[in-house]
Amino acid sequence: MSKEVHPALRKRLRADGVAPLISVQDLVVRYGDKEVLKSVNLDIYPGETMVILGASGSGKSTLLRHLEALARPTSGHIYIKGVDVATCTNEELQRVRRIMGVSFQSAAMFNSMTVGDNVALPLREHTKLAEPTIKLMTQMKLSQVGLEGAENLFPAQLSGGMKKRASVARALAMDPEILVFDEPSAGLDPIIGAGIDQLILHLKQAFKMTIVVVTHEMASAFLIADRMCMLHQGKIIAIGTVEEIKRHEHPRVRQFLQRIPDEPGSADANYLTGL
Amino acid sequence: MRFLESVGNSAIEKIEYVGGLSIQLWRGWLASWRVNPFTGSRLRWRSTIDHMAVVGVHALPVVCLIAGATGLILAFQGGAELRRFGALQFVINLVGVSMTRELGPLMTAIVVIGRSGSSFSAEIGTMVVTEEVDALRTMALDPIEFLLAPKYVAMMVMLPCLTIAAVASGILAGGIFTYFTMGMSLQVYLRATLDVLVLRDIVTSMIKAVGFGTIIVHVGCFEGFHVSGGPIGVGQSTTAAVVKSIFLVVLADLLFTAFFYLFWR
Repeated sequence: MSKEVHPALRKRLRADGVAPLISVQDLVVRYGDKEVLKSVNLDIYPGETMVILGASGSGKSTLLRHLEALARPTSGHIYIKGVDVATCTNEELQRVRRIMGVSFQSAAMFNSMTVGDNVALPLREHTKLAEPTIKLMTQMKLSQVGLEGAENLFPAQLSGGMKKRASVARALAMDPEILVFDEPSAGLDPIIGAGIDQLILHLKQAFKMTIVVVTHEMASAFLIADRMCMLHQGKIIAIGTVEEIKRHEHPRVRQFLQRIPDEPGSADANYLTGL
Repeated sequence: MRFLESVGNSAIEKIEYVGGLSIQLWRGWLASWRVNPFTGSRLRWRSTIDHMAVVGVHALPVVCLIAGATGLILAFQGGAELRRFGALQFVINLVGVSMTRELGPLMTAIVVIGRSGSSFSAEIGTMVVTEEVDALRTMALDPIEFLLAPKYVAMMVMLPCLTIAAVASGILAGGIFTYFTMGMSLQVYLRATLDVLVLRDIVTSMIKAVGFGTIIVHVGCFEGFHVSGGPIGVGQSTTAAVVKSIFLVVLADLLFTAFFYLFWR
């Protein structure tokens, strides 16, 4: 993770000369005969919020798993801070993971631990901080997500929205450079969902983090995104700013934005079932 | 051709399973060194102590009860035959040697598979389904070290202890039989049992306990880590963990017994 620009990223510099923090290059993922991702290329620059859109089965969860370095691709490269997580050693992978925080769709809180212990876990495992300092930092992280005083509760005692917030607090524990959200408002009512959107906006403004969000909630996506991309049948069919995506002329993007269902028997309707 | 294909696929699946289990065994063994109480993580050591209580202490009553009943059954069945030859006193040899070499470790392993092997699989399987295992990995924490190693170390300590308790219970139950049928005092019975047993019997028993413990933890955790398909998958993995563990424990028992018979008599 040197400060020099990795040779593979030199062609992907932004107009102002900034290298991407995350660069997905020719990513192919195949499960058996099914090609889930077909040569995906995507660059995410430091400090920006990238929203990945796509219908169910479009490959966005697979793309996210690869961005989180949870799976190795069939071919292609994923550079995170200059390290190719598709081919790197286990030690490099662990270093990359420490600069990332992930908030899972199901929150993924450890049910056998209190909320405080969940948030403190990465600090206890990866730092040599004294216990009083860890407790103080845990309280700070929980207050950042609006959960002051919840450290002694168990995840089962929290509502869906509170669990999501607690999982964000845990993701923030190690002060990550990259924060990844998988369906942040899935399963939440609109008011709680809006609260999570506000939290993401707050984190973006306060900490200048690079944020990657996978969602299909359009209102939420338009609110939090700096740039958006849309996946369809394993390919990125549109990428740009919020305004560019709103004006995009690709029929699938228009269909997605206008919430028009697939025609029964059409290729898109049959894509998931493989008919 | 279809038959050959299915045989080939099945063989590949089995080889993959054994390969996956072997890799997990190696990683689990390496991770176990990081669980020790002196230089290892204090969180992991606390988890190990908790697992020792669940795997060992809580299983003690049921293991003793089942082993005692097995010892008594063995004495009744053996006694019925040996009485016909006027050799009832050989019940002491039968119970002592069978419980120590064979039934003590085997019955303990089967009880522990039912109690702990299944729960390891269900616990880890549920964590896979709720993305908790993925969460550990994204936090740069190794699920093998975090989840498997404490269970493995706990099992390596507690299964031999439970086996000793099971052997003792089985032998004591044999003593009840000889007291009521032959009027032999418990003190005389125990002395006669100690004369029958040699150190080799106890060592082979402990070797078996360590081998069985390794199978129980690794099969249970392996099934848990490979759950797919939500809650139904968790149920299926728990069943698979129990069935495969029992099969592998009996197979390992056969191999151990054959090895000791051939090379250490």
